[in-house]
Amino acid sequence: MIAAADVSFAYGDTLVLDGARVTAAPGRVVGLIGPNGSGKTTLLRTLYGALAPKAGLVTLDETPVGELRPRELARRLAVVVQEGSGELPLSVTETVLLGRAPHLATFQRHGRDDYRIAAASLARVGARHLAGRVFAGLSGGEKQRVLIARALAQQADHLLLDEPTNHLDIRYQHEVLQLVSRLDVTTVVVLHDLNLAARYCDELVLLDGGRVAAAGPPDAVLRAEVLEPVYRIGVQRIDTGDGVQLLFRPLDPTPEGASA
Amino acid sequence: MSSTTTGHNTPVAPADNLDDDLDVDHDDDLGQAAQRRRTTLWIGGLSAGLLVTVVLAVGLGAVGIGPATVARIVGHHTLGSPAGVTWTQAEDSIVWQVRLPRVLLGAVVGAALAVCGVALQAMVRNLLADPYLLGVTSGASTGAAAAILFGLGAGFGENALSASAFLGALAASAAVFVVARAGGRITSLRLLMAGVAVGYALYAATSFLIFASDSAEGARSVLFWLLGSLGLARWGLPLAIVVVIVGLTLAALLLWSRRLDALAIGDETAHTLGVPPTRFRVQLLIVVSLCVGAVVAASGGIGFVGLVIPHVARRFVGAAHGRVVPVAALMGAIFLVWADVVARTVLEPRELPIGIITALVGAPFLLILVRRFHSAGV
Repeated sequence: MIAAADVSFAYGDTLVLDGARVTAAPGRVVGLIGPNGSGKTTLLRTLYGALAPKAGLVTLDETPVGELRPRELARRLAVVVQEGSGELPLSVTETVLLGRAPHLATFQRHGRDDYRIAAASLARVGARHLAGRVFAGLSGGEKQRVLIARALAQQADHLLLDEPTNHLDIRYQHEVLQLVSRLDVTTVVVLHDLNLAARYCDELVLLDGGRVAAAGPPDAVLRAEVLEPVYRIGVQRIDTGDGVQLLFRPLDPTPEGASA
Repeated sequence: MSSTTTGHNTPVAPADNLDDDLDVDHDDDLGQAAQRRRTTLWIGGLSAGLLVTVVLAVGLGAVGIGPATVARIVGHHTLGSPAGVTWTQAEDSIVWQVRLPRVLLGAVVGAALAVCGVALQAMVRNLLADPYLLGVTSGASTGAAAAILFGLGAGFGENALSASAFLGALAASAAVFVVARAGGRITSLRLLMAGVAVGYALYAATSFLIFASDSAEGARSVLFWLLGSLGLARWGLPLAIVVVIVGLTLAALLLWSRRLDALAIGDETAHTLGVPPTRFRVQLLIVVSLCVGAVVAASGGIGFVGLVIPHVARRFVGAAHGRVVPVAALMGAIFLVWADVVARTVLEPRELPIGIITALVGAPFLLILVRRFHSAGV
């Protein structure tokens, strides 16, 4: 279980999170949604200890994240983040094997098990054939899948993902989230696409200006009256039999800057 | 290639766990065993190459001495081999007193500059970083200029120059460190900018010292020192200190190879893999500053080795630091010893600053690399 309770965070004087809370129960997939700048990524970063909250507490299985040693945290919590890959020509295999680093002592070299796990993780995301390539030379979608493979190789029972469907085509967006939702791990995922959130998340937390605007099962959060004031966009919800589909249209034809 | 047709056709389990293997090959090692064998071959080959280099380089010079004689003289001094003395006293002192310490210093300095270049390029995630990025050389130069021109550090006796240069190097690193640290975190950009700023300030200080002293001979000595030379090498405490510091640095970087991989990808990634980026940077900075400071104090500012050798090493064994660090160390050692052979033989009996040779070889090499990058789309 991973939980953030009344977490606040500020960059300088700018309050980015204001008493936000999110709880992911064991095995659940919790989606963080909200407009740009609503604090989704900042909240995720407090969850994996990259940011220490100014107020509030983040816990992993009841232990404050700040009290866990870095390697211990990395064994229990895998993270998929967007990052400029740097200039060094590390191969895909080396990138995925880094997921094994938290499990190895400083003097220990990779063993057969590490190779097997890395290979299985790559196969799992359909990227085994990329193993020999240089990571920096991959397409956006290929990189994304390799990063997820690295998180799988970490074999943690908690998984955090920041926009994992970025750069992926429709098919891989669904494949990746299908994969994530089937894993028996506790997951918090930042998503922009509300229809993907509707289909693959067990619970959603809607952020607006650093505060939680709504939280609960997708059915309760993804409603026009909840989403429209937050996103300022018209929302139409259609039940498709196997779920819901959201359609969007501009809410107000008045141009920006004109007073209401 | 399809991953779904490897022998047994298990249906995809509905609820997969992370350590579930699905239908993958259990012996798939991603080619890592072969990779390891290749690396072992490289390290073995380069080690043999270094040994041959040392023996040949000790023999080359104004007085040529055959490799067999070199081996016998060195054996006589180190192992006290019982075989009768078949060489002249002059040959003995040339090999043992003059050339061997010089060649050893060259190998150690080359290895140190190469691995410090590797570490810094990973740390700031910039392939143009070199060991002098941290203002170390500029600090050492100011210290050396003060020693040469104004007799700073006279208390250290015959080691005054090295001692002042070393102290200057450490002071410069400390300054870069403090500037980069303002605000709490040390980022790549802050380090780069602090290094450049401190470097320029100290360059100005060195130039000022040269003009203030009004000694043409002194200015020439400073220039010679800035371009690097192994001419100060002799058996003694300074050489021992350099060897020990470089050995410890190599060991540390080998131990930290996976952390370097993680840091090279990004701070966020390093953090999520259990490597706190700021703390690790501080550790790296301390180790690298000490090492480069010691090396620069012993041999001046030898350029291009720390910039070019890491690229060459990566080209042959890939970017993983567990392989790059040892291979770059050996390549750097071999390269610098040969550069020194050229520096002391090409204008015999005069000696060229070794930095001229390394730059002459290194600069075109860098241009070739840029072209390669261009064609690879990097």
